[in-house]
Amino acid sequence: MNVFKILEAKENSKLFLLGNEAAVRGALESGVSVVSTYPGTPSSEIGNVFSKIAKAAHVYFEFSANEKVAVEVSAAAAASGLRSFAFMKHVGLNVAADSFMSVAYLGVNAGMVILTADDPSMYSSQNEQDNRIYARLANVPLIEPSSPQEVKEFMKYAFDISEQFHLPILFRTTTRVSHMRGVVETGKLVPPKEKGFFKKEPNKYVPVPQNSRRMHKELMEKMNKLAPLISESPLNKVFDFGNEIGVITSGGAFNYVMDVVKEYSLPVKILKLGFSHPFPEKLVLDFLGEVQKVVVVEEVEPIMEKEVLAIVGKYGLNNKIYGKLSGTMPRIYEYTPDIVKNGLFNTLGRKIEAKEILKPESAIPSRPPVLCPGCPHRATYYAVKDAIKELGLKDVIFPSDIGCYTLGIQKPYETADFLLSMGASIGTACGFAHATNQKVVAFIGDSTFFHAGLSALANAVHNEAKAVIVIMDNRTTAMTGRQPSLSEPVNGMGGEAPELSISDIAKAFGVKFVETVDPYNLHKTKEVFKRALQYDGLAVVITKHPCALITDAEKRKRNFWITFRINQDKCTRCMVCITDFACPSFFVAEDGSVHIDPLICDGCGVCTQVCPYNAIEVRR
Amino acid sequence: MSVYKIHLTGVGGQGTIKMSTIIGEAAIKRGLNVVMSEVHGMAQRGGVVTTDLKIGDAHSPLIENGDADLVIGFEPAETLRSLPKVSEKTFVITNSARIVPFTVGLGLSEYPPVEQIISELKAKVKHLFVINAEELANKAGNIMSLNMVLLGAATAIPHFPIGKDEIIQAMKENLPPKTIEVNLKAFELGFKEVSG
Repeated sequence: MNVFKILEAKENSKLFLLGNEAAVRGALESGVSVVSTYPGTPSSEIGNVFSKIAKAAHVYFEFSANEKVAVEVSAAAAASGLRSFAFMKHVGLNVAADSFMSVAYLGVNAGMVILTADDPSMYSSQNEQDNRIYARLANVPLIEPSSPQEVKEFMKYAFDISEQFHLPILFRTTTRVSHMRGVVETGKLVPPKEKGFFKKEPNKYVPVPQNSRRMHKELMEKMNKLAPLISESPLNKVFDFGNEIGVITSGGAFNYVMDVVKEYSLPVKILKLGFSHPFPEKLVLDFLGEVQKVVVVEEVEPIMEKEVLAIVGKYGLNNKIYGKLSGTMPRIYEYTPDIVKNGLFNTLGRKIEAKEILKPESAIPSRPPVLCPGCPHRATYYAVKDAIKELGLKDVIFPSDIGCYTLGIQKPYETADFLLSMGASIGTACGFAHATNQKVVAFIGDSTFFHAGLSALANAVHNEAKAVIVIMDNRTTAMTGRQPSLSEPVNGMGGEAPELSISDIAKAFGVKFVETVDPYNLHKTKEVFKRALQYDGLAVVITKHPCALITDAEKRKRNFWITFRINQDKCTRCMVCITDFACPSFFVAEDGSVHIDPLICDGCGVCTQVCPYNAIEVRR
Repeated sequence: MSVYKIHLTGVGGQGTIKMSTIIGEAAIKRGLNVVMSEVHGMAQRGGVVTTDLKIGDAHSPLIENGDADLVIGFEPAETLRSLPKVSEKTFVITNSARIVPFTVGLGLSEYPPVEQIISELKAKVKHLFVINAEELANKAGNIMSLNMVLLGAATAIPHFPIGKDEIIQAMKENLPPKTIEVNLKAFELGFKEVSG
């Protein structure tokens, strides 16, 4: 779909939108002026759309250096009277948490929505933390849509509530909502205010202790004023199919409940909470009066279940509450229709007829995600392993970071040994350098370096960590869909921007060994790594080559595309290209001969430097 | 109307999501509700990509085991991997041209002969269509039109809830104008494979 449709579609059009795309339309229908993010799946497509349409929509949009900066940019806009929208993946809110907590205290002057895209079952994340807890921690309202249409509608509602109560709103989606596509009926676009004005009121905006004590009280007063209204919110609805049992649910889990209840005509009354913090006590109390047994169907943490149990305890009710704590629903991972069906059937005391499931018998090859053909990270990993081998080093530790290059965990590279979070490769490299006598080689991408690597590098210099820090500058934020990084001369709206030099930064920090090399030149890269590994101190090696997806697109545009082939007369089937280089375009035929699939080969030619027999040549 | 459930599976870069989006937009043109799930993220290329589509009165886009009306496999081993979605009622279309993952070359996994996969599918699937979509896409003029070959085949399946006209209209709105001719040709070649 042409993403400009999201901006250009007239009122009452029906679009087939991702939840993430619907969030964009919802923000535009709310008159949003300032939008900021750091890319992270499952929220990435929101930024991809804004980066294309922001200019035409007269919205300011930026890919910030990290999520904390993104929240700060939006908070300042909201303080200046402009509606603002910051969004990120769930773990991004950890990075932003320090400022997020304070925004709750300070409050906002215009609507501010912070979207967190959670990732139950960890499709593209290091954990499945449930960010609904953040709404409780910061004491801000929480809104949870279930479908793309709701994402759009609830967004407008969130901006209004935010403005009315001067509170930032936490807006929680999950992968299945963000990456669900559905029919979205458009509403009217509201033109954004282009500039705001910040009225100085330091007592309102500077949380020094004497102010923050008052601010916390004010925050509680706002939330207490809001609390009774949640029970009447149109975002919370009862779907009545009977009253044998009740279900309290929210977000993506609601969809499974509805499909199961309808398909099996279950006599169930459903309370769907779209506005779930402050918890709508009166509404739930009324609901508990109508159904004796209630199953709480929510993904990841038993948050609403505990809220419901608290109400049962507070009012001395005799309702039976089922959920994760009772063992009725699984404690971790995302739900599926079958999981929800089991939970509802068990509570209803119904038997589930066993389905006969077909199972494949032939072996099916595993197909994990791989570094693309032409990926410069493959060349970097090959060169570093070669350098280590030539120097005869043992037990080298490879702290890794978050990006495509984490795929270095796979065979044959095995260049990812330890990973905590964004930027942690450098911080943990400092720790390993002081804690062991092993050589340490840390890998971090350019975008991740600007996100959270800068202060760690400063730490490595000042605290004299002896390690090799490899900054893999592929000129983009590759894994989330190639959003511009700060090392690229382009901003989030496609305009020109100052390009930050990683090499100059490292030198300015006081790193004495700083080398930049093109990893496509394997020999030179290996030599640089050999020197870095023998250097007695902190060495920074910048392996700089654009992401293959960028160069592939350029080659296609210029209609200049070559591929390589293997000269079978020269090939000795030594298998180095397969076992050590492992480019996905190589395959072994049934007769044992090695070939390059021309449909997969991107023509990078790095493999020609790997082959000891010069058997790889340009295909004519 | 009852819900029509389509499961698509393939390898990153084959155009599964594009094909699913075209079906979804065509369903809207017919006035039907539609929900779809996509998987994005870690695998830019080379990994398994599946999408589920439900057309009709459905809230969640996920299809349970044994519950698909139509399974479209872009790659034979991936079709086999999706076998649990299949039951007696399910129509299955599979491409017969394989994509061998690098794990096979490394000796970390094995890829059985295509004939073995096809014969297992034939033994277990009641309504099976085996198509060499790669060959037909090349015949249409571009290997990249492989997904439109399979879209053509899907449109010809009995009970497929959307008409050919709506699908073609959605194709025109979703594909680059200069590729339309080749893609329409690919679509027709796929359609004929099933309609005979």
